[in-house]
Amino acid sequence: MRALTGHRATWPLLALVVILIVDGIIAPGFFAIRIVEGRLFGTPIDILYRAMPIALIALGMAVVIGSKGIDLSVGSIVAVVGATIAWRIKAGDPHFVILLTALAVGILCGMWNGFLVAVLNIQPIIATLILMVSGRGIGLMINLIYGGTDPSFESPLLQGLSVGSIGYVPTRLILFAGLFVALWLLIRRTALGLFIESVGGNAAAANLAGINARLITFSVYVISGLCTAWAGIILTADVHTSDPVSVALFSELDAILAVVIGGGSLAGGRIYLGMTLLGALVIQTLATSILMSGLPPEYNLLVKAVVVLFVLLLQSNNARDAVFTLFRRRKG
Amino acid sequence: MKERYLPLAATVTVFVALFVTGGIFYKHFFSTLVLGHILADNAFIIIAAIGTTFVILSGGIDLSIGSMIGFVGVTMAHLDSLGWHPLASAVVLLAFGVLFGACQGFIIDFCGIQAFIVTLAGLFMLRGACFMVSLDSVPIRHPFVGVFADVSIPLPDGGFLASSAIVMLVVLVIAIVIAHFTRFGTNVYAIGGDRTSAILMGVPIRRTTVMIYALGGFYSALGGVIYALYTSSGYPLAGTGNELNAIAAVVLGGTLLTGGVGMVAGTLFGGMILGLIATLIIFNGSLNGAWIMIASGVLLFLFIVVQRSLVGSFNIRRSA
Repeated sequence: MRALTGHRATWPLLALVVILIVDGIIAPGFFAIRIVEGRLFGTPIDILYRAMPIALIALGMAVVIGSKGIDLSVGSIVAVVGATIAWRIKAGDPHFVILLTALAVGILCGMWNGFLVAVLNIQPIIATLILMVSGRGIGLMINLIYGGTDPSFESPLLQGLSVGSIGYVPTRLILFAGLFVALWLLIRRTALGLFIESVGGNAAAANLAGINARLITFSVYVISGLCTAWAGIILTADVHTSDPVSVALFSELDAILAVVIGGGSLAGGRIYLGMTLLGALVIQTLATSILMSGLPPEYNLLVKAVVVLFVLLLQSNNARDAVFTLFRRRKG
Repeated sequence: MKERYLPLAATVTVFVALFVTGGIFYKHFFSTLVLGHILADNAFIIIAAIGTTFVILSGGIDLSIGSMIGFVGVTMAHLDSLGWHPLASAVVLLAFGVLFGACQGFIIDFCGIQAFIVTLAGLFMLRGACFMVSLDSVPIRHPFVGVFADVSIPLPDGGFLASSAIVMLVVLVIAIVIAHFTRFGTNVYAIGGDRTSAILMGVPIRRTTVMIYALGGFYSALGGVIYALYTSSGYPLAGTGNELNAIAAVVLGGTLLTGGVGMVAGTLFGGMILGLIATLIIFNGSLNGAWIMIASGVLLFLFIVVQRSLVGSFNIRRSA
């Protein structure tokens, strides 16, 4: 029992299972998956499908948080990526080149953040606040380059990557799986993950041990930028337009939340990729459940806050002990 | 000059430089009228940022500010429609702000959860509560709003200090007294400077943490009250993203996000710099609103870099 309550996967998993059980009760057929028009269809698939952008951002965030950093600029990076896509499509670039350009823009944003944090030694929260404040403005400026009145576009390639499907499975799930495995290999099968965690645990000690803390710190923001750019491509292709003001609003908070629900500490030193994915799924399952339960959507935020607090309290030893003592007193 | 006043001096210099630049480029910019408007327009955000200064000085962060402003505003408007006097609802909501902040502080300290996450949950919770109170913009019709708007202190050269600016300056003075002349203020600096040493010195961590966030809650609720009175309405989306403006104001004011270093007075100028940028861009007239975001970001960047190279924040930390 002690080992079970102590394991980091227990509480988030329990939260997910409880939400799913409640869903199963209030919405019969919740778990039904069938094949419609040659693709998988059903609420669980829908949850996975909708969780992907935040899950992608959260993976990058997990790596950044592992290095004791934080990346507040992800929502703005999505805005800049989206604006760039719309701009280059109007300019008539081949769509494959646009895909690469979009990823490059994300990497560039990540390099900017990395430069501020690693080279100029600015605290991550402020360093990324700069891009967060100005990024959506930059997106609006890019939209203005080509007139800016109609940023909508059509792109078979980008929309194929976003809303299309290969066989029965939505393309974005396959691509996410690929990126997840690649990132996992990079973090867990090379020394990079260890280096990042040691920099997050104690940068000075890591430096003395011969790790180039500066380079490692720089690289985590580039990884985050890349993951976010991918999410930006999906989100932009989803709506066929670039909307720098409101696209991915609050996504930085959701991504950080996913990492924390997954047991990652903002104090750095640990990267849990699988758990972060679980955290993102908890958030999306919750959002979908609120919609399905017939509660007005304005309850979404409130319920989210309560569930988050609950999961956090369960993870806190102090609070758990207090509750246990209370129970014992009642019984005794 | 003492080293710890350098960041404040830098902030004031940037503010004056921006103001003079505006005066050179635009007729009638360099006047008490514009200054009074900047103070009045940004009063609510500066008030909230003053509370945030304490939280950040203690090494924490409060993300619930923007939602608190929205919640207080929309609730005030709703209570107004039920026939409450704005002052009565303001008192109730200020008490709510204190209580909410205290709860956040208690959870942060008792459960050992990072402030970022707890106040993030606070952000979601209050914003959700806004939507439950009302989904539409609600006007505040009580005649007190007109009375509040009419109060002003004339300044030389045609300008005037509006009531929201007066309230802001009064609570700023109170905050300066709390920060620099009370034991609580010293404890805040001690916790932010070095938590472990503070514990060893016998600083009551839990009580101080709860009080810090209660103070933050009070100031952000007051910001919401001022915002509601100033705009004479409540809107459930009001204040969205203002927590980051408040943090930016605190940072521009020379307070370090790592805690322990900074001054409350700096926040006033940090907030006014942000307001000044917006005013400059509006004065220009040909520039797009997107420039406000970009200019704020660029200035934030320049300021942090200049501050770092001029003063070297690590040196301040050591000598503070």
